[in-house]
Amino acid sequence: MSEKMDKKKVTPEDIRIGVYICDCGTNIAGHIDCSAVTSYAAKLPNVVYAKENLYTCSESGIAEIINGIKEHNLNRVVVASCSPRTHQPLFQSSCSQAGMNPYLFEMANIRDQCSWVHMQQREGGTEKAKDLVRMAAAKAAFLEPQKDIEASLVARTLVIGGGVAGLSAAEGLAGMGIEVILIEQESELGGLLRQIDTLGPEGDKASERVSGLIGALTARPNATIYTDSKMEEISGYIGNYDVTIRQEGKDQAIKEKVGCIVVATGALPLRPEGLFGYNGTNVITQIELEQRLKDKTCDAKDVVMIQCAGARSKEWQYCSRICCMIAVKNALIIKKQNPEANVHILYRDMQMYGTEKEKMLWEARGIGIRFDIYSADDPPDVKDGQVRFYQPLMGQTREIPSDLVVLSTPMVPREDAPELSQMMRVSIDQNNFFMEAHAKLRPLDFATDGIFVAGSARYPATVEEARSQGLGVASRVATILFKDKLVTSAIVAEINPETCVGCLGCQQMCPYEAITYNPELNVCEVNTILCKGCGCCASTCPSHSAQLRGFKPQQLLRQIRAV
Amino acid sequence: MSRDILVIGGGIAGIQSSLDLAEMGFKVHLIERLPSIGGKMAQLDKTFPTNDCAI
Repeated sequence: MSEKMDKKKVTPEDIRIGVYICDCGTNIAGHIDCSAVTSYAAKLPNVVYAKENLYTCSESGIAEIINGIKEHNLNRVVVASCSPRTHQPLFQSSCSQAGMNPYLFEMANIRDQCSWVHMQQREGGTEKAKDLVRMAAAKAAFLEPQKDIEASLVARTLVIGGGVAGLSAAEGLAGMGIEVILIEQESELGGLLRQIDTLGPEGDKASERVSGLIGALTARPNATIYTDSKMEEISGYIGNYDVTIRQEGKDQAIKEKVGCIVVATGALPLRPEGLFGYNGTNVITQIELEQRLKDKTCDAKDVVMIQCAGARSKEWQYCSRICCMIAVKNALIIKKQNPEANVHILYRDMQMYGTEKEKMLWEARGIGIRFDIYSADDPPDVKDGQVRFYQPLMGQTREIPSDLVVLSTPMVPREDAPELSQMMRVSIDQNNFFMEAHAKLRPLDFATDGIFVAGSARYPATVEEARSQGLGVASRVATILFKDKLVTSAIVAEINPETCVGCLGCQQMCPYEAITYNPELNVCEVNTILCKGCGCCASTCPSHSAQLRGFKPQQLLRQIRAV
Repeated sequence: MSRDILVIGGGIAGIQSSLDLAEMGFKVHLIERLPSIGGKMAQLDKTFPTNDCAI
């Protein structure tokens, strides 16, 4: 289709623009006069059709675009609505469906950049919306048809981390027939689960679960596992990553080519040095208690657990979210092993979400485990043989005997998380946990294409969450690697080799390392898969040799002159 | 063996599974008992923290 359009020379008289003005319910129409904008748009040069929609992104709105293209023989479409970030792909695919080249589509953001910021200024807002639509239509007339970019794919995946999340991702991928390389920095697989006694109060042994997971993976002929290993270097891009793996004690580095990468590096329980008299003997952490339960060396009579030990503090501001259930689980186990034992849990807020965990909390209360609230401003004071705390509901200070204090500390990110994030160019948040592409809609993807995250590397996760995230990631990877080639947007930079003098200005500006220097021709060249179309090179290039497709000077100037 | 997949429920979970499966090359049949898909999320105005329009 696009080839046909390439051949057919389109003169300005042939340009037939359709403009769709979206009400976005009341988001836009509640603050600006969309009907006025629509009738204004209809009179703009080259505009042959204008239509107002309640929701352009709804099924009926999409049908309007498709029918409009067919009925009015449109060869350009402008939608004035929300952000191209969320809706451009949808509208473009509707254009494709109707047989129009999707790169002849243009969007004007009259919501985020107009109605939302001019809520009390109906008249001015309406005028601005008209301006934005006029600019978009002026640019649309000069858009050029483009063809999507295609590249090869390596149907192999690297999984970093051999805990529950990593093992599950690897198992899922291998099961779907995708070759997996799993690297683990410790000498054994299993991650944090290896240090845990039971997964629940019923005594489901963690060690059995771990060996089950490891067994499922090692049985796969298409899974390669490297223990005592770390990723040392990475280059390339989605579909074609080159990674160098260093295995401890080996001189020769391992080089692998993979199409996607899964980050499942996990997190660690905080060692609460200097908190609540932590000493590792009679003031210990939950993970140290797990070890004692495992070895059956826990014989304490008066156990006091302190929740949020180090968490929700100045240094670690977040709620680690899994510690409440860990504490209740371990309290139940101690109480079941020794009904004479007194177990007391001091908490700030109990977070026992879901059906099973809430049930666990009531069971714990039922068998005599005591719960008392404490205030963050006045934390419990741990002295030898007793814990003194202020109970704000009763307004009383109490003292309880204890021969074992267990601190529920938060899971904290691994120290090498920032280094790894820099190496792979993926984001981390203010706490150094890895950060997904979208908090709600893309929880397992990184913003960097072809790299994914699962398990506690993102945020403290329970075993079942780490497992479902691992399996989910496998499915996300499969959406890419099940295809035989990679298709990406044609909106990338191009450098004209005739005028480029190889000054390297663009290469320094490129945030994606998508530009390389070709010494033979003395020019800079763009890797179209790495290029994200940000336009930094185009705005830097002194000779205008670097240009961004869809945002070329003549297109942008038309838009600006229409202001 | 039929390679088609049936997804029951057109909320976020059902739609995302269908999208991923379709991307993988499977033919997906999604059924929803209500007249439109979108589930609970379609009833929301905006979503935290990005203020994206929920629909």
